[in-house]
Amino acid sequence: MSAHIVLFKIVMLCYLTASILYLVAVVSRRVKSGILARWVLLGGAIVHLMSLVARFVQLGHTPVTTLNESLSFFSWCLVLIFLIFDLRYRLAVLGAFSSVLALMTMLGSGFAPKAVEPLNPALNSWWFPLHVTLAFLGNAAFAMAFAAGVMYLLQDRMLKSKRFSPLYYRLPSLDTLDNINYRALSFGFPLMTLGIISGAAWAESVWGTYWSWDPKETWALLTWFVYAALLHGRLSIGWRGRRAALFAIIGFACLVFTFLGVNLLLGGQHTFDALLGTP
Amino acid sequence: MKMLVLGLSHKTAPVEIREKVAFSPTAMAEPLRQMLALDAVNEGIIVSTCNRVELYAVSREPDRALLQLKHFLAEYHAVLYEHLEEHLYNYVGEDAIRHVLRVAASLDSMVIGEPQILGQIKTAYGYASEFKTAGLILNRFMHKAFSVAKRVRTETAIASNAVSVSFAAVELARKIFDHLEDKTVMLIGAGEMCELAAKHFINCGVAEVMVTNRTFARAEKLAAEFHGRAVAFENFRDQLHRVDIVLSSTGAPDYVLEASKLAEVIKLRRNKPMFLIDIAVPRDIEPKANKIDNIYLYDVDDLQGVVQSNLKERHKEAAKAEAIIDVEIAQFYRWLSTLEVKPTIVALRNKLEDLRQAEVQKTLSSLGADDKTTKAIENLTRALVNKILHQPTSLLKDAQNLPDGEVYIDAVRMLFALPAPAADEEDEQA
Repeated sequence: MSAHIVLFKIVMLCYLTASILYLVAVVSRRVKSGILARWVLLGGAIVHLMSLVARFVQLGHTPVTTLNESLSFFSWCLVLIFLIFDLRYRLAVLGAFSSVLALMTMLGSGFAPKAVEPLNPALNSWWFPLHVTLAFLGNAAFAMAFAAGVMYLLQDRMLKSKRFSPLYYRLPSLDTLDNINYRALSFGFPLMTLGIISGAAWAESVWGTYWSWDPKETWALLTWFVYAALLHGRLSIGWRGRRAALFAIIGFACLVFTFLGVNLLLGGQHTFDALLGTP
Repeated sequence: MKMLVLGLSHKTAPVEIREKVAFSPTAMAEPLRQMLALDAVNEGIIVSTCNRVELYAVSREPDRALLQLKHFLAEYHAVLYEHLEEHLYNYVGEDAIRHVLRVAASLDSMVIGEPQILGQIKTAYGYASEFKTAGLILNRFMHKAFSVAKRVRTETAIASNAVSVSFAAVELARKIFDHLEDKTVMLIGAGEMCELAAKHFINCGVAEVMVTNRTFARAEKLAAEFHGRAVAFENFRDQLHRVDIVLSSTGAPDYVLEASKLAEVIKLRRNKPMFLIDIAVPRDIEPKANKIDNIYLYDVDDLQGVVQSNLKERHKEAAKAEAIIDVEIAQFYRWLSTLEVKPTIVALRNKLEDLRQAEVQKTLSSLGADDKTTKAIENLTRALVNKILHQPTSLLKDAQNLPDGEVYIDAVRMLFALPAPAADEEDEQA
C-alpha cells in the first residue's frame, strides 16, 4: 500500500470520527464532544493536506484531474473553509453538516475510478490549479451558505409557528444564521468570480478563446448570476433572512449540478474524460 | 455510620403542614443543638425552605435515630406526631445520599433546575458548620453535593431554558437577534408582566427603551424608571421603524397596531426583523402580522406554550443529571466505607494480638522456658495470628469496593465482639 493510500484512510477515519463527535454534540448537547470534534477535524485536514502534497509529488501536477481526485480536493477545501468559519461561530450544527458532507465526498472519491492516465497537455499550465482551487474554495463557502440557509428556514418556521422541536434548542439564532449566509457569500462570490476569470484565462492560453459556451461554463455563469443577484439584493435592496436563505439554497443546487451533473450528464471539455485526453 | 434523611416537601405535604414545621432561618442555633443532643445522632444539618423541611443526619443506629428525629421535629414545632407522620419521608444509606444530591442538583424541585435550592442548602450547611453540628462525614458529603450540583449545571442544559413567561420573551429575542446590546425596546401601555419583561431586557443590556402611554404622564414616569424616553401616544407609530422589540399591553378594546402598518414599518426597516410581544387581552396587535416576513408576533398563550416546551426540555436533561449522580454516589460510597474498614482492621488486629500475648504469657510462666524456646513460641504464635488474619483482612479491604461491603464489616465486628469505634475519633483528623 502506498503512503498516499494510508494517508487517505487516516483522513477518512478522522472525518468519520469528527462527524460522529459533532452529531453527539448536537444531539446530546455536550460541549466537550464538539471541542474534541474540532481537533479531530483539524488533524484530518492536516493529514489530508499531506496526502494531497504526496499525490502532487507523485504525479507532478495538481491532483484534480480525475473525479476521485477532485472530490478529495473539494472535501479538503470544505473542511478548510469550515474551520475558518468555526474560528468565529463555533457551531456544532455547522460542524456536523460540514464533516458529514466532507466524509460523503471522501466516500464518493474512494468509489470513483482511480486509474492514473496520461495527462492532457492542456492541463500543463499554472492557470489550471489556480482555476480549480479558487472555484473549489468558492464552492465550499457556498456550501456553508447553503447549510446556514437550510437551518434558517427551519428555525424561522419554528419561531413563526411557535412549535418548537428539539432542533430549536440546538440551532443558533436567526441573526447568526443570516450572518453566516452573508459572510459565506462575501467569501464565496469573489472566489467564484476569480475562478471563472482564471478559467477563461487558462482557456485562452490553451485553446485561444476565453469562452466557448461549453455546458459547464454556461451553468457556472448561471450560478454566478444567482449569487450575484443575492449579493446585489443584500447590499442594495436590503434582502435578508428567509429570502436570502432561499437564494443560497437555489444557488447551491445550481452549483452541485454544475460540479457533478454537467460532468455526468452533459459532457463538454470540463469532463474528466476530456481532461485526460481519452475519447 | 449511615447517612439518613428525614423530611417533607411540596410533594408530600400541603403548605399548611410545611409552614408549621418550617425553621426560622434567623434562629438555627437552638434546633441544631437539640438535634445533635439526640443520643443516636452523630452529625446533623437542617434544611428549611418554603418547599421543603429536611433533616440530614449521620448515625450508627439509623432506625433509632430516625425515630428520635421524627419526635424531635414534632415536639420542636409542637405538632401532633400523628398529624405529621403521614407526610414524612425518610431515606437511609445510599438512598439518603441520592436524595440529597438530587435535591441539591434541583432535580427534586417544583420547577426542575431552579437555581435557589442550592443556595438554600449552602446556607443550611453554613449554619451547621457555624454551630459545629456537621462532622467529618457531613462536611465531606455536603461539599460533594455542591460539586455534583455544579457539575449538573455545567454539563447538562437543565437550567438553560426559561420557565417564566417574561424571561421566555428575552430568550426568544435572543433566538431572533442573537445579542441584544444594540437593540431598542418599546413599551406600549403598562402592566406588571410587561414591565417585568422590560426589566429583563434592560438587564440584558438593550441600548434604548421607549415608553408610550395614552396618559403621557404615566409614560414619563415609567421612562424615568427605565432611564428611557417617553413618546406621545399619538406619535409612537412614527418611531416604530427604529424599534426592534415591542412589548404591548394596553387596555384598548381594539388593535393598536394593524398588520398593514407593520408591513410598512418592516419595509422602512429594510427587512430587519422585529419581535412583537402582545401581552394584552384583548390583543393589541393584529395577529395576521405574524405572517409578514421577518415579523415574529407572540401573544400570552404563545409564550405559555414556549414555557411548556422549555419545561419538557428540562425534564429530558434531568435524565442526564441522574446518570451523573449515579456515578458520584458510587464514588462517595467508596470513601464512606473506607472510614469503617480501617478502624475495623485495626481493632481486629489489636484484639488477636492481645489474646496472643495473654496466652503466651500464661504458657511461658508455667513452662519456665529458656530464651530459645521463648523466641520459638513467640514466633509460632505471631505467624499463626498473621496467617489467620490474612484472609479476613484482604476481604475487608476489598469490601470497601462492594456495594454490600458493610455486611462484612458488621459480621467481623460481631464475630470477634469488637468495640464500636468512638464516635468522634475521625473528627480529630478532619
